[in-house]
Amino acid sequence: MSISLNNVFGVHEAALRLRAQRTELLGSNLANADTPNYKARDIDFQSAMKEAMAGQSTATLKTTQPGHIGGSTDPAAMDYVKFRVPTQPSLDGNTVETEVEQAAFARNAIEYQATLNFLEGKGKSIINALKGES
Amino acid sequence: MGMFNVFNVSGSAMNAQSIRLNTIASNLANADSVSGSPDQVYKAKTPEFETMLQQESSNSVGVKVKQILESNANPVIRHEPNNPLADAQGNVYTPNINSVEEMANMMSASRSYQNNVEVFNTSKQLLMRTINLGR
Repeated sequence: MSISLNNVFGVHEAALRLRAQRTELLGSNLANADTPNYKARDIDFQSAMKEAMAGQSTATLKTTQPGHIGGSTDPAAMDYVKFRVPTQPSLDGNTVETEVEQAAFARNAIEYQATLNFLEGKGKSIINALKGES
Repeated sequence: MGMFNVFNVSGSAMNAQSIRLNTIASNLANADSVSGSPDQVYKAKTPEFETMLQQESSNSVGVKVKQILESNANPVIRHEPNNPLADAQGNVYTPNINSVEEMANMMSASRSYQNNVEVFNTSKQLLMRTINLGR
Protein backbone atom coordinates (compact mmCIF):
# COMPACT_ATOMS: atom_id res chain seq x y z
CA MET A 1 0.00 0.00 0.00
CA SER A 2 1.39 3.37 -0.95
CA ILE A 3 0.46 6.64 0.61
CA SER A 4 0.37 9.57 -1.71
CA LEU A 5 0.99 12.73 0.22
CA ASN A 6 -0.89 14.71 -2.40
CA ASN A 7 -4.31 13.48 -1.42
CA VAL A 8 -3.86 12.79 2.25
CA PHE A 9 -6.45 15.36 3.08
CA GLY A 10 -8.94 14.16 0.50
CA VAL A 11 -12.12 16.17 0.25
CA HIS A 12 -11.31 18.27 3.28
CA GLU A 13 -8.83 20.48 1.51
CA ALA A 14 -11.39 21.52 -1.11
CA ALA A 15 -14.09 21.76 1.55
CA LEU A 16 -12.00 24.12 3.67
CA ARG A 17 -11.37 26.38 0.70
CA LEU A 18 -15.06 26.50 -0.14
CA ARG A 19 -16.06 27.15 3.46
CA ALA A 20 -13.58 30.02 3.62
CA GLN A 21 -15.03 31.42 0.41
CA ARG A 22 -18.51 31.07 1.83
CA THR A 23 -17.47 32.90 5.02
CA GLU A 24 -16.31 35.74 2.83
CA LEU A 25 -19.56 35.85 0.84
CA LEU A 26 -21.81 35.71 3.90
CA GLY A 27 -19.65 38.33 5.60
CA SER A 28 -20.18 40.59 2.59
CA ASN A 29 -23.91 39.97 2.73
CA LEU A 30 -24.04 41.01 6.37
CA ALA A 31 -21.82 44.02 5.71
CA ASN A 32 -24.20 45.19 2.98
CA ALA A 33 -27.39 44.61 4.99
CA ASP A 34 -28.25 48.33 4.69
CA THR A 35 -26.97 49.03 1.17
CA PRO A 36 -29.73 49.83 -1.34
CA ASN A 37 -29.90 47.49 -4.36
CA TYR A 38 -27.37 45.02 -2.97
CA LYS A 39 -28.22 41.43 -3.89
CA ALA A 40 -27.27 38.73 -1.38
CA ARG A 41 -25.16 35.86 -2.71
CA ASP A 42 -24.30 32.41 -1.49
CA ILE A 43 -22.48 29.29 -2.61
CA ASP A 44 -24.32 26.27 -3.91
CA PHE A 45 -22.15 23.98 -1.82
CA GLN A 46 -23.11 20.71 -3.45
CA SER A 47 -22.31 21.74 -7.00
CA ALA A 48 -19.22 23.64 -5.85
CA MET A 49 -17.96 20.52 -4.11
CA LYS A 50 -18.71 18.40 -7.15
CA GLU A 51 -16.76 20.83 -9.30
CA ALA A 52 -13.86 20.84 -6.84
CA MET A 53 -13.81 17.04 -6.68
CA ALA A 54 -13.84 16.76 -10.47
CA GLY A 55 -10.50 18.48 -10.22
CA GLN A 56 -10.92 21.40 -12.53
CA SER A 57 -13.79 23.48 -13.69
CA THR A 58 -15.18 22.17 -16.97
CA ALA A 59 -14.43 25.51 -18.59
CA THR A 60 -10.69 25.23 -18.02
CA LEU A 61 -8.58 25.23 -21.17
CA LYS A 62 -5.80 22.76 -21.74
CA THR A 63 -2.28 24.19 -22.12
CA THR A 64 -0.06 22.04 -24.32
CA GLN A 65 2.53 24.65 -25.29
CA PRO A 66 4.47 26.99 -23.00
CA GLY A 67 2.93 30.00 -24.75
CA HIS A 68 -0.64 28.92 -24.07
CA ILE A 69 -2.82 30.73 -21.64
CA GLY A 70 -5.03 28.57 -19.45
CA GLY A 71 -8.71 29.13 -18.89
CA SER A 72 -10.01 31.00 -15.91
CA THR A 73 -9.66 29.19 -12.61
CA ASP A 74 -10.53 32.30 -10.69
CA PRO A 75 -12.92 31.20 -7.94
CA ALA A 76 -14.91 34.41 -8.37
CA ALA A 77 -15.71 33.49 -11.97
CA MET A 78 -17.13 30.11 -11.04
CA ASP A 79 -20.79 29.57 -11.52
CA TYR A 80 -21.65 28.03 -8.17
CA VAL A 81 -21.94 31.47 -6.61
CA LYS A 82 -25.66 32.19 -6.79
CA PHE A 83 -27.95 35.01 -5.83
CA ARG A 84 -30.20 34.34 -2.91
CA VAL A 85 -33.96 34.34 -3.40
CA PRO A 86 -35.41 36.48 -0.63
CA THR A 87 -38.55 35.41 1.20
CA GLN A 88 -39.57 39.05 1.58
CA PRO A 89 -37.87 41.52 -0.74
CA SER A 90 -37.50 45.04 0.60
CA LEU A 91 -38.45 48.26 -1.14
CA ASP A 92 -34.88 49.52 -1.56
CA GLY A 93 -33.94 46.51 -3.71
CA ASN A 94 -31.77 44.94 -1.02
CA THR A 95 -32.23 41.17 -0.70
CA VAL A 96 -30.20 40.62 2.48
CA GLU A 97 -32.24 39.08 5.28
CA THR A 98 -30.02 39.61 8.29
CA GLU A 99 -31.39 36.72 10.34
CA VAL A 100 -31.09 34.23 7.48
CA GLU A 101 -27.54 35.38 6.82
CA GLN A 102 -26.64 35.22 10.50
CA ALA A 103 -27.92 31.66 10.73
CA ALA A 104 -26.05 30.65 7.57
CA PHE A 105 -22.90 32.35 8.85
CA ALA A 106 -23.05 30.57 12.20
CA ARG A 107 -23.63 27.22 10.52
CA ASN A 108 -20.80 27.82 8.10
CA ALA A 109 -18.44 28.73 10.95
CA ILE A 110 -19.21 25.45 12.69
CA GLU A 111 -18.79 23.47 9.49
CA TYR A 112 -15.48 25.22 8.91
CA GLN A 113 -14.31 24.17 12.35
CA ALA A 114 -15.48 20.63 11.71
CA THR A 115 -13.41 20.55 8.52
CA LEU A 116 -10.46 21.89 10.51
CA ASN A 117 -10.88 19.07 13.01
CA PHE A 118 -10.92 16.50 10.22
CA LEU A 119 -7.75 18.02 8.75
CA GLU A 120 -6.07 18.02 12.12
CA GLY A 121 -6.97 14.36 12.63
CA LYS A 122 -5.57 13.43 9.22
CA GLY A 123 -2.37 15.30 10.00
CA LYS A 124 -2.02 13.59 13.35
CA SER A 125 -2.52 10.13 11.91
CA ILE A 126 0.15 10.78 9.25
CA ILE A 127 2.56 11.97 11.93
CA ASN A 128 1.79 8.87 14.00
CA ALA A 129 2.40 6.67 10.99
CA LEU A 130 5.74 8.39 10.31
CA LYS A 131 6.88 8.07 13.90
CA GLY A 132 5.83 4.46 14.06
CA GLU A 133 4.41 4.88 17.52
CA SER A 134 1.10 3.47 18.55
CA MET B 1 -6.41 36.30 -0.65
CA GLY B 2 -8.61 33.82 1.14
CA MET B 3 -10.56 34.80 4.17
CA PHE B 4 -8.47 37.85 5.04
CA ASN B 5 -10.80 39.96 2.92
CA VAL B 6 -13.54 39.47 5.50
CA PHE B 7 -11.67 41.91 7.73
CA ASN B 8 -11.71 44.61 5.08
CA VAL B 9 -15.38 44.03 4.36
CA SER B 10 -16.49 44.03 7.99
CA GLY B 11 -14.20 46.97 8.68
CA SER B 12 -15.71 49.01 5.87
CA ALA B 13 -19.21 48.16 7.08
CA MET B 14 -18.36 49.19 10.65
CA ASN B 15 -16.95 52.44 9.31
CA ALA B 16 -20.10 53.11 7.26
CA GLN B 17 -22.36 52.33 10.20
CA SER B 18 -20.38 54.60 12.50
CA ILE B 19 -20.75 57.43 9.99
CA ARG B 20 -24.48 56.72 10.07
CA LEU B 21 -24.42 56.86 13.89
CA ASN B 22 -22.53 60.14 13.70
CA THR B 23 -25.10 61.75 11.43
CA ILE B 24 -27.90 60.54 13.72
CA ALA B 25 -26.11 62.02 16.75
CA SER B 26 -25.71 65.27 14.88
CA ASN B 27 -29.40 65.29 13.91
CA LEU B 28 -30.53 64.62 17.47
CA ALA B 29 -28.16 67.22 18.89
CA ASN B 30 -29.46 69.86 16.52
CA ALA B 31 -33.14 68.98 16.85
CA ASP B 32 -33.78 72.11 18.91
CA SER B 33 -31.31 74.55 17.42
CA VAL B 34 -33.14 77.74 16.52
CA SER B 35 -32.25 80.00 13.66
CA GLY B 36 -33.48 83.33 12.42
CA SER B 37 -34.03 82.48 8.75
CA PRO B 38 -35.42 79.41 6.97
CA ASP B 39 -32.23 79.09 4.87
CA GLN B 40 -29.86 78.86 7.81
CA VAL B 41 -31.81 76.22 9.64
CA TYR B 42 -30.04 72.88 10.27
CA LYS B 43 -31.06 70.14 7.84
CA ALA B 44 -31.28 66.49 8.86
CA LYS B 45 -28.46 64.45 7.35
CA THR B 46 -28.56 60.83 6.20
CA PRO B 47 -25.70 58.89 4.61
CA GLU B 48 -26.29 56.95 1.41
CA PHE B 49 -24.56 53.58 1.29
CA GLU B 50 -23.04 52.01 -1.78
CA THR B 51 -21.24 48.71 -2.39
CA MET B 52 -17.52 48.89 -2.97
CA LEU B 53 -16.32 46.38 -5.55
CA GLN B 54 -12.86 45.04 -4.91
CA GLN B 55 -10.70 44.41 -7.92
CA GLU B 56 -9.02 41.08 -7.20
CA SER B 57 -12.04 39.02 -6.27
CA SER B 58 -15.70 39.84 -6.54
CA ASN B 59 -16.47 37.55 -3.63
CA SER B 60 -16.07 40.19 -1.02
CA VAL B 61 -17.81 43.50 -1.36
CA GLY B 62 -17.43 46.18 1.24
CA VAL B 63 -19.58 49.22 1.88
CA LYS B 64 -18.80 52.87 1.53
CA VAL B 65 -20.73 56.04 2.13
CA LYS B 66 -21.49 57.50 -1.28
CA GLN B 67 -22.71 60.84 -0.04
CA ILE B 68 -24.43 62.54 2.85
CA LEU B 69 -27.93 63.58 1.84
CA GLU B 70 -29.62 66.58 3.42
CA SER B 71 -33.31 66.44 4.13
CA ASN B 72 -35.44 68.97 2.27
CA ALA B 73 -38.26 68.92 4.79
CA ASN B 74 -39.57 72.39 5.54
CA PRO B 75 -38.42 73.87 8.88
CA VAL B 76 -40.88 74.28 11.70
CA ILE B 77 -41.94 77.92 12.08
CA ARG B 78 -42.49 79.18 15.60
CA HIS B 79 -43.83 82.61 16.44
CA GLU B 80 -41.55 83.94 19.20
CA PRO B 81 -41.32 87.72 18.95
CA ASN B 82 -39.27 87.91 22.16
CA ASN B 83 -36.56 85.63 20.84
CA PRO B 84 -33.47 87.73 19.94
CA LEU B 85 -33.04 85.63 16.75
CA ALA B 86 -36.57 86.30 15.50
CA ASP B 87 -36.99 87.83 12.04
CA ALA B 88 -39.15 90.84 11.12
CA GLN B 89 -42.37 88.82 11.45
CA GLY B 90 -41.30 87.56 14.89
CA ASN B 91 -40.74 84.02 13.65
CA VAL B 92 -37.94 81.62 14.46
CA TYR B 93 -37.20 78.39 12.59
CA THR B 94 -36.27 74.99 13.97
CA PRO B 95 -35.26 71.95 11.92
CA ASN B 96 -37.95 69.43 11.08
CA ILE B 97 -36.29 66.48 12.82
CA ASN B 98 -38.38 63.56 13.98
CA SER B 99 -36.51 62.32 17.03
CA VAL B 100 -38.46 59.06 17.21
CA GLU B 101 -37.43 58.29 13.65
CA GLU B 102 -33.83 59.15 14.47
CA MET B 103 -33.86 56.89 17.54
CA ALA B 104 -35.23 53.99 15.50
CA ASN B 105 -32.55 54.62 12.90
CA MET B 106 -29.95 54.63 15.65
CA MET B 107 -31.08 51.23 16.91
CA SER B 108 -30.86 49.84 13.40
CA ALA B 109 -27.36 51.26 12.90
CA SER B 110 -26.06 49.94 16.20
CA ARG B 111 -27.49 46.46 15.52
CA SER B 112 -25.84 46.41 12.11
CA TYR B 113 -22.58 47.49 13.69
CA GLN B 114 -22.82 44.68 16.25
CA ASN B 115 -23.51 42.20 13.48
CA ASN B 116 -20.33 43.18 11.73
CA VAL B 117 -18.32 42.96 14.94
CA GLU B 118 -19.67 39.42 15.31
CA VAL B 119 -18.65 38.50 11.75
CA PHE B 120 -15.22 40.00 12.38
CA ASN B 121 -14.69 38.06 15.62
CA THR B 122 -15.90 34.75 14.22
CA SER B 123 -13.69 35.07 11.14
CA LYS B 124 -10.77 35.94 13.35
CA GLN B 125 -11.32 32.85 15.47
CA LEU B 126 -11.58 30.64 12.39
CA LEU B 127 -8.38 32.06 10.95
CA MET B 128 -6.51 31.71 14.23
CA ARG B 129 -7.55 28.07 14.41
CA THR B 130 -6.42 27.56 10.82
CA ILE B 131 -3.05 29.13 11.55
CA ASN B 132 -2.59 26.94 14.59
CA LEU B 133 -3.56 23.82 12.67
CA GLY B 134 -1.36 20.86 13.50
CA ARG B 135 0.25 22.30 16.61
